[in-house]
Amino acid sequence: MIEITMPALSPTMESGTLSKWLVAVGDTVKSGDVLCEIETDKASMEFESIDEGVVTELLVAAGTEEVLVGAVILRMSGEDEAPAPKAKAAAAAPAPAAPKAEAPVAAAAAPKVEAPVAVVDRGERVAASPLARRVAEAKGVDLAGVKGSGPGGRVVLADVEASAGGTAPIAMAPVAKASAPAVAPAQAAPAAVTALADVPHKIEKLGNVRKVIARRLTEAKQTIPHIYMTVDVQLDALLALRAELNGALEARGIKLSVNDMVIKALALGLRQVPKCNVSFAGDSLISYERSDISVAVAAPSGLITPIIFGADSKPLSVIAVEMKALAEKARDGKLQPAEYQGGTASLSNLGMFGIKQFDAVINPPQAMILAVGAGEKRAVVVGDEVRVATVMSVTGSFDHRAIDGADGAALLQVVKGLLEAPLGLVA
Amino acid sequence: MSDVFDLVILGSGPGGYVAAIRASQLGMKVAIVEREKLGGVCLNWGCIPTKALLRSSEIYHYITHADAYGLSVEKPSFDLAKVTDRSRKVAGQLNSGIKGLMKKNKVTVVEGEGRLTGATQVTVGDRVLDAKNVIVATGARARDLPGVAADGKRVWTYRHAMVPPEMPTKLLVIGSGAIGIEFASFYSDMGADVTVVEMLDRVLPVEDAEVSAFMEKTLTKQGMRILTGAKVADVKPGTDGVSATITGKDGKAEAATFSHVIVAIGIVPNTENIGLEALGVKTDRGHIVNDGFGRTNVAGLWAIGDVAGAPWLAHKASHEGIIAVETMAGGHVHPMDKDAIPGCTYSRPQVASVGMTEAKAREAGLEIKVGKFPFIGNGKAIALGEAEGFIKTVFDAKTGALLGAHMVGAEVTELIQGYVIARQLETTEAELMHTIFPHPTLSEMMHESVLDAFGRAIHY
Repeated sequence: MIEITMPALSPTMESGTLSKWLVAVGDTVKSGDVLCEIETDKASMEFESIDEGVVTELLVAAGTEEVLVGAVILRMSGEDEAPAPKAKAAAAAPAPAAPKAEAPVAAAAAPKVEAPVAVVDRGERVAASPLARRVAEAKGVDLAGVKGSGPGGRVVLADVEASAGGTAPIAMAPVAKASAPAVAPAQAAPAAVTALADVPHKIEKLGNVRKVIARRLTEAKQTIPHIYMTVDVQLDALLALRAELNGALEARGIKLSVNDMVIKALALGLRQVPKCNVSFAGDSLISYERSDISVAVAAPSGLITPIIFGADSKPLSVIAVEMKALAEKARDGKLQPAEYQGGTASLSNLGMFGIKQFDAVINPPQAMILAVGAGEKRAVVVGDEVRVATVMSVTGSFDHRAIDGADGAALLQVVKGLLEAPLGLVA
Repeated sequence: MSDVFDLVILGSGPGGYVAAIRASQLGMKVAIVEREKLGGVCLNWGCIPTKALLRSSEIYHYITHADAYGLSVEKPSFDLAKVTDRSRKVAGQLNSGIKGLMKKNKVTVVEGEGRLTGATQVTVGDRVLDAKNVIVATGARARDLPGVAADGKRVWTYRHAMVPPEMPTKLLVIGSGAIGIEFASFYSDMGADVTVVEMLDRVLPVEDAEVSAFMEKTLTKQGMRILTGAKVADVKPGTDGVSATITGKDGKAEAATFSHVIVAIGIVPNTENIGLEALGVKTDRGHIVNDGFGRTNVAGLWAIGDVAGAPWLAHKASHEGIIAVETMAGGHVHPMDKDAIPGCTYSRPQVASVGMTEAKAREAGLEIKVGKFPFIGNGKAIALGEAEGFIKTVFDAKTGALLGAHMVGAEVTELIQGYVIARQLETTEAELMHTIFPHPTLSEMMHESVLDAFGRAIHY
């Protein structure tokens, strides 16, 4: 008898929604077959079997929310066993029938070390210590989503423990526990709101993505003293360079967007002004030595921020290709946790909607986000003359506990410089 | 006269000089200030010269027991002055080695007593050294018995015991940490009548309780008198001996006279007169507090080694020095993991350990598996004529993490690193079980101990 348990698809996942079964009792399952779809905090993912056998029981009904990680969701007989022992099926019968299988799930949630823990197989080997592997397996942590702090990025025990503890997504520094306690009260607040009875309305239950967005943004605005600064950037040189680069890249099927160039400018700026590439961690400050830029993408289920890792050292063409792939995955709800967890700073661009300027909310535990407005023709005074130029307003939001106004301003100055004299982006 | 450096290090012991070399490798301009001899206590008055002495006593022990190996030696004897002289020469050789290393790494050596005249400024005489960072690595010295100063005549610290003016006939060793036990072992093997007094309830109190018990039994069998849970009072040096009152664990006081007394009751950090107070440097029971990376509470000022707290071990100081310098250089560094520091005692038999004792693991509420393998079950140990001792391993039953390893017996100080590497690589019992240990070696016991923790020992 093989028991399949609810997998942890991200290091911080405690429970998830089993949205859909793709197998039924009696089906023969091979390794690699998709068993079900699971909606996690941020994305919907297909859960593949690593075992083979015949499905004998589905213990959780499709659509069940908050199925705890580690709870048994499916049983199957192994290759050599006779399928479906009847007595067992009868005993477990109430579970699949109930629309909300919370009770049996909770009972089964006791950590079972022996049960085979199914993790999504990404086909690539993660460098991890044997102990880290074993503890990750026992705790249901997917190593692919854990940033290693050992030599060469090797995942060590401390990284797994930090992940399992639900602390900061990036384990580059072992200190980032400070943001956790703020979460609980934020969740409790909106309980008292009821709909206006005389206004026609419909009520929709929040998906996990929306819940996470609500919690994190509340946390950000309640705990982070934001400081905002706006600067205007003349884009004409950048647009000319972009046209030229796109001409050269056409043969390779790559097209740079203005946003790709802003990503690079921000990443380089953070390297030049490292005081802005930080996380405020209560009694310590974590400074990052690489710019991982989280880029806000509107997905059907809500905002998500896939990451261009090491954007400061990637050529524009690579950023463009990666960004295109990430945005597509985001829209399809297919992003892997490792692709959106982490990031040292964020970028949000609403220029395509004609928004001139806006202030973005910081994405904790990061300490800054750059809000990018539309590039538009504006009257610009040059000397004593009025001229037409393409101008874009960008606004930085900074965690004022960690970043002083002068440092934030220095970052914006560098970013503006890079965008106005854009050869620096390709040098 | 003022000089500007990237890094100035106060003290050239195994913390300071190693930090200096690493800093130089990382491109820093480094000065090191030393008031005595390069290499500090470790290689001039500690680790190294005592190992030279213990080598002499070990060989002497073999010679006096040559018969057990089928050899005959007539009237073995020794010349204490020559034994001491060899030990000093060993220290001298290494001291000049450090001089060479400093030169090779272009580290400026400043002789004299340095004093912090700012968080990042050290003054030595009339020479002012300015720096971006300063590391305090001034070490520690032996703690005196209250009311009795060790004068080197009849009452000794480790330092006197290393260059004895005469061979003690009846020696009292106060304190049974590594230093006390090593000197007790040396003088006992050289023929002295040795009494060891320990205030706590067992010898080598930081070691696993089973190791302590084994040592107490073995040292007693060797002819030492071991008094645990005991106190020494009224230590009175006279012209040809020292009188003392020892109160045993039964509460009975006993007056006794000894030819010499070695005081090994711990250390005092060297924090006086170096300007720490004026800077407001935070200390805890005399030791400078650092953040695991070597930083003190004062910006630009770092502290490593004995002066920055236990364990008082050379290799801890060196590693702390490396961590501090790499942190300064902006490297990707893990903080000091004190559970990963091995400890060694070079007595006969030797003791070595790393990580948690069985009792500590149980105190921490961990579910554990304990393995133990005796020397008597190992072919090489029997061939060597060293069939006494054991290797004990403590595993986390849930994760298979090697929580601790504890060894007592011949050459275990050379074996412990195997387990230290295993811990550093975070192996579980599975990898250790799959490791092929060479036959015939003492190291096979390390394998067997792991196997035993999981009920799979082969040879016992």
